[in-house]
Amino acid sequence: MNLTCKTCPKIALNQNFNIKLEDDNELVIALAGNPNVGKSTVFNALTGLNQHTGNWPGKTVSNARGNYNYKDKKFILVDLPGTYSLLANSVEEQVARDFICFGKPDTTIVVTDATCLERNLNIVLQIMELTDKIVLCVNLMDEAKRKGILVDIKKLEEELGIPVVATIARKGKGLNELMNKTYNIAIGIETTSPKQIEYPKIIEDKIDKISEKLQGISKNRLNTRWVALRLLEGDATMLESINKFALDREDAYNEGGTCIYGY
Amino acid sequence: MNKNHLPLFEVNVGSEAKVSELLSMGLSRRRMLDLGLIPGTIINVIRKSPLGDPVAYNIRGALIALRKEEAKQILVSKIN
Amino acid sequence: MRGELVYMGTSENKNEYDIMESLKDTLDREKNEQLKDIVVGSIYAEAEKITRDVVTKNSGKKVDLDKKLDDILTSKYTGFPIMFLLLGIIFWITIVGSNLPSEMLSNLFFGIEEHLTDWFMYMNTPQWLYGILILGIYRTLAWVISVMLPPMAIFFPLFTFLEDLGYLPRVAFNLDKLFKKAGAHGKQSLTMSMGFGCNAAGIIACRIIESPRERLIAMITNNFVPCNGRFPTLIALSTIFLSGLVAAQFSNLAASLLVSVLVLFSIIVTLAISWLLSKTWLKGVPSSFTLELPPYRKPQLGRILYTSIIDRTIFVLGRAIAIAAPAGIIIWFLANINIGGNSILNHSAAFLQPFANLIGLDGFILMAFILGFPANEIVLPILIMSYMAEGAMLELDSIQAMKELFVDNGWTWLTTLNFMLFTLFHFPCGTTLWTIKKECGSNKWTLLSAIIPTVAGVIILFIITQLARFLI
Repeated sequence: MNLTCKTCPKIALNQNFNIKLEDDNELVIALAGNPNVGKSTVFNALTGLNQHTGNWPGKTVSNARGNYNYKDKKFILVDLPGTYSLLANSVEEQVARDFICFGKPDTTIVVTDATCLERNLNIVLQIMELTDKIVLCVNLMDEAKRKGILVDIKKLEEELGIPVVATIARKGKGLNELMNKTYNIAIGIETTSPKQIEYPKIIEDKIDKISEKLQGISKNRLNTRWVALRLLEGDATMLESINKFALDREDAYNEGGTCIYGY
Repeated sequence: MNKNHLPLFEVNVGSEAKVSELLSMGLSRRRMLDLGLIPGTIINVIRKSPLGDPVAYNIRGALIALRKEEAKQILVSKIN
Repeated sequence: MRGELVYMGTSENKNEYDIMESLKDTLDREKNEQLKDIVVGSIYAEAEKITRDVVTKNSGKKVDLDKKLDDILTSKYTGFPIMFLLLGIIFWITIVGSNLPSEMLSNLFFGIEEHLTDWFMYMNTPQWLYGILILGIYRTLAWVISVMLPPMAIFFPLFTFLEDLGYLPRVAFNLDKLFKKAGAHGKQSLTMSMGFGCNAAGIIACRIIESPRERLIAMITNNFVPCNGRFPTLIALSTIFLSGLVAAQFSNLAASLLVSVLVLFSIIVTLAISWLLSKTWLKGVPSSFTLELPPYRKPQLGRILYTSIIDRTIFVLGRAIAIAAPAGIIIWFLANINIGGNSILNHSAAFLQPFANLIGLDGFILMAFILGFPANEIVLPILIMSYMAEGAMLELDSIQAMKELFVDNGWTWLTTLNFMLFTLFHFPCGTTLWTIKKECGSNKWTLLSAIIPTVAGVIILFIITQLARFLI
């Protein structure tokens, strides 16, 4: 029994989220965003017929997965449930949160609606607190234009510190650039510096205290600041999820006791 | 309760209002917050359903319909 | 607090366990609403600031168009009439649009059948083999494809068109108060609408309702609205029902009207049963509900036409082969194997007859529904074959011939009406029941999902039948 197995992210993806990777060249991309923003359109446009729908383990929440190739890599695209936030108000939000937090996809694409960016930024900013491997997709640019709404993409990129791609998914526009940025972030040739939200001092102090405690179990598997925030807010499901996904547990191995990925 | 504050449900169609306080707790409150209904947010009352309930509001660019029960839990001050 | 922390039991893990316990204490202590508010407030403050910097807005024409559309589609006076009108128009397009393809298909199949018959005669095949293969399987398949396929292939894209347009949330917006009064979740109007396309899809759509109690109500009542597979039956029977009453040139119009009225009735029953369930077995507190009304989107006609029609056609063809053809064989056997002087079919029908009579149907009709369990679109073909001598299938696509067949077998206007009502209110098809089992995981509720609509149907039919016999 190899110690490295416990931290093997591939095992985590397989056992906890039903995502099986075939080889090292495959990258896992999560697709997140509010409902009604054209996320499915993006998903379908990128994966075409190479998709497959099932359930998240133990839940009746749909999980659509598909794949596409770009340059020299194969990508598995995981369509997360559409949610308004990651603050675990519902099973969908919990599923989305658990996947990004514990499944550690190689990149998360957040699809947003250009016609109501302000509301959509809620989940973008939350995900930015959770991971820095993120690409923002501003979709429905044609709808925005028709409504007289102009989004300054360059400025948005500067303010957020992450790549932003404008798309009209149902016409196929901007998708190449989306795949390109995703590729760069996923393999690490481009890095991001996501703008962090500053909370009032009273909260920041408490975050520090809890983060310290979390270091004891994290072993670098957890984004301690983010987890601390969730605990502060009273998110009970967070402890459940840590218990389930992040602790050292015997059953992280498969039944035979040997690592299926050949380590 | 400040007399200038009234439940969102009592604001007429076509008016604007600013959120002053959320009365709901727990899950309901979080839902409202997620939709962007935090104190200071400006809401436009757009239209009522043919049967009178729910009412559609413009909240941060999105058209959201809230039932009377939910809209009663949101205290606002009218803007005109 | 939900969730139990489990002590893993080794000394390695004790340290983690302690930390988790202490975190749990922190959680219980710190949990307060104010903190959440501050956190969310900070996030939104940031979002607001960024949006101010990055987004500029000039009032566009689109806003006005959306608003104008909503003014018409959800207004006090025009909202409901338009919904009803749209329903009628969809059925009318389905009916009229299917006429030509149905005719073409049935001509095609009839032509092929002649050749097959010639070939069978040439090969000197025994009569019974000809019976099973041609009069049983082939004709059933041909009938289902020419009569059932065109309406299904046309209705579905129409429905998808409305869906893509963004109209369905408006329907939910209009109907919500009724669903609220019925103790149902607001999203049930959406899942109910999905049921028009396919009840199994409607069941899966119930996932959008989080509270298990309200989800169950939505799932149990989904079958009350007719699915794609039942529309052709309703259309055919409406045409028969009205054929004596309405001049030929108005028959399509009248049939669409009647089907619309039936659908309205099924929606009313949905609300009534939801109300009953929410007051008895599935009592509880209504959960909060927010409905987003997305902007109207121009539906991509080409894509809808192509994928919907092709998808639906393939799907229906597949089901025809997998289910209708075997059904054809089974009927042929039931009708041609004699035990004690009579076919199995006749015995079964006789057995069911007394009960059927109480509710204004006959034994063969009940048999057809029972045997039609796998898929709703085969109920009518099975019935027709049961009535025809030796379980052979009717010559294709003549409403007149169908009517004569039914009248010959003792049908009255009451029978036709009851048949249509039972089509609406009976147990879900096999696929739907299986989907219910998968979604809710409970045998008890799956069984109830089958029993409740059936009992409702029996009661409604009983009342109507006794009333009609009493008054007339």
